Amino acid sequence: MHRQVSRKTIFAFIGPAVIGLAMVGIAPLLYAVWTSLHFYNLTKLKRVEFIGLENYWTVLTDEVFWQAMGRTFFLLGTALPLQIALGLIIALVLHQPGLTLLKTLGRLSLVLPMATTYAVVGLLGQVMFNQKFGVVNQLLGGANINWIGDPNNAFFMIIFWDVWQWTPFVALVLLAGLTMVPIEIEEAARLETKSNWILLRFVQLPFLVPGLVAVLILRTADTLKLFDMVFTLTRGGPGSSTEFISLMIQRVGFRGFDQGLASAQAIILLIITIVLAQLYIRVFYKEV
Amino acid sequence: MNSARALWPQIILLVVIITVCVFPFYWMVTTSLKTQIVALEAPPVWLFEPTLTNYFEALFEDGVLQTLINSLIIAICTTILSLILGVPAAFALARFEFRGKKDLWFWFITNRMVSPIVLALPFFLIARNLGLLDKHVTLVLIYLTFNLPIVIWIVTDQFRGIPYDLDEAARLEGASQITIMLKICLPLAMPGVAVSAIFSFIFSWNELMYGLILTRTDAKTAPAMAVSFMEGYNLPYGKIMATSTLIVIPVLIFALIASKQLVRGLTMGAVK
Repeated sequence: MHRQVSRKTIFAFIGPAVIGLAMVGIAPLLYAVWTSLHFYNLTKLKRVEFIGLENYWTVLTDEVFWQAMGRTFFLLGTALPLQIALGLIIALVLHQPGLTLLKTLGRLSLVLPMATTYAVVGLLGQVMFNQKFGVVNQLLGGANINWIGDPNNAFFMIIFWDVWQWTPFVALVLLAGLTMVPIEIEEAARLETKSNWILLRFVQLPFLVPGLVAVLILRTADTLKLFDMVFTLTRGGPGSSTEFISLMIQRVGFRGFDQGLASAQAIILLIITIVLAQLYIRVFYKEV
Repeated sequence: MNSARALWPQIILLVVIITVCVFPFYWMVTTSLKTQIVALEAPPVWLFEPTLTNYFEALFEDGVLQTLINSLIIAICTTILSLILGVPAAFALARFEFRGKKDLWFWFITNRMVSPIVLALPFFLIARNLGLLDKHVTLVLIYLTFNLPIVIWIVTDQFRGIPYDLDEAARLEGASQITIMLKICLPLAMPGVAVSAIFSFIFSWNELMYGLILTRTDAKTAPAMAVSFMEGYNLPYGKIMATSTLIVIPVLIFALIASKQLVRGLTMGAVK
């Protein structure tokens, strides 16, 4: 099916993209490795010096770094199950026959959270969850809850917005899986059993697995990347209660000016990302 | 099959879903139409006289207009550049056989997994040394790291779906590979190209972190501008929400146009 073409032709087609992506994607990484091996503080640029692996040692023994990492995975561990559970419910409802108009409306409204700029989600959070003027406290019957200023509430708020923004995505992925079930199989199964649970577990679930794997991989990557929404909502605070890994590195590098240390943190984050990606691929795509 | 009684739980659930999805959006738009006094009323008011003052003030007095233009220039440029680089690469990946193709494909796609902060640190230092801070071109280039993979991912798929016989026929007529790509495959691949362009535009338009780190005033993007309203104690809620609305509306239009492909684009790199 494919044809052999000269190397020159292949390079002419693919070379520009490779060079382009290498320039913006790989060259900076190499520079980050170089920076991470130096004492490199933006306020003390006169004394940039080679210090070997000292930055890495600092990061690896830094409690704050691992706390931020743990917090990031804790967020993933709380938000993702919620997104999957709610997403599954939404997908199953939308998959039922009937009520076409309402379901079309439902499907279109799912696009809204996904399309909302991450930074705007954070700003919306500030407005809606404001203790005094916020609509959320009003809807809770005039409650006086300090959402943004209390560490636990702030963390809850991040979970809330992450779930709000990404449940529609999970729902649409799972809905796509449900529509893959051959109609004859689903109808045959419905004749055999009245239980929706049995139908879900034995007929529909196998078709949902690829989507669930995709969701797991993407949500892991996105949580490690999470920055915009949290930055506009809490800036990582109060204290460090919502300081996830990307926010922490940004703080150290740009608000603490320690580019060397931040680069070491970034490289370690990159290594963790690669290890996780490989792990996922081994576990999930081996048998496929 | 469905009796009216069985439908009620469904209807209620659907209404809840729609309300939860739409309410924050509704609140954003209505807050943007409130004066500061109305916006700061406690408890919040639901009925009020709408005003466009926030939009006028934000756009023309605070310079939001310029940041929207900056965002537009950057998003369009990076989209075009991604297409120019990505479409031929996608064609090669779909049509040619060569060593290391799988690895190359894997590398393109896994760029999506890398946290932007990892690249932001060195990119900031490099841009600073080269005097490229606060320039549009810097953001255009760094946005390639997520736009190029998405273009290659979607367009390769589209090219693969085009029957190979068409290429073959053209080749017998003596057409070169470039002619085949431009004259035969590209017109047929247009839906995929359009969707990848929409994605590329949305991702660039929405991006905050690079905009925050790599720009100051001249190339400041709209999301970075919205954030800068947050400094100080007396937050101008109406203006913040007006700016937010202006940022979200174009994305929403594009997302609704591409809604059928939305999931496919977002699952890039995680499904085969």
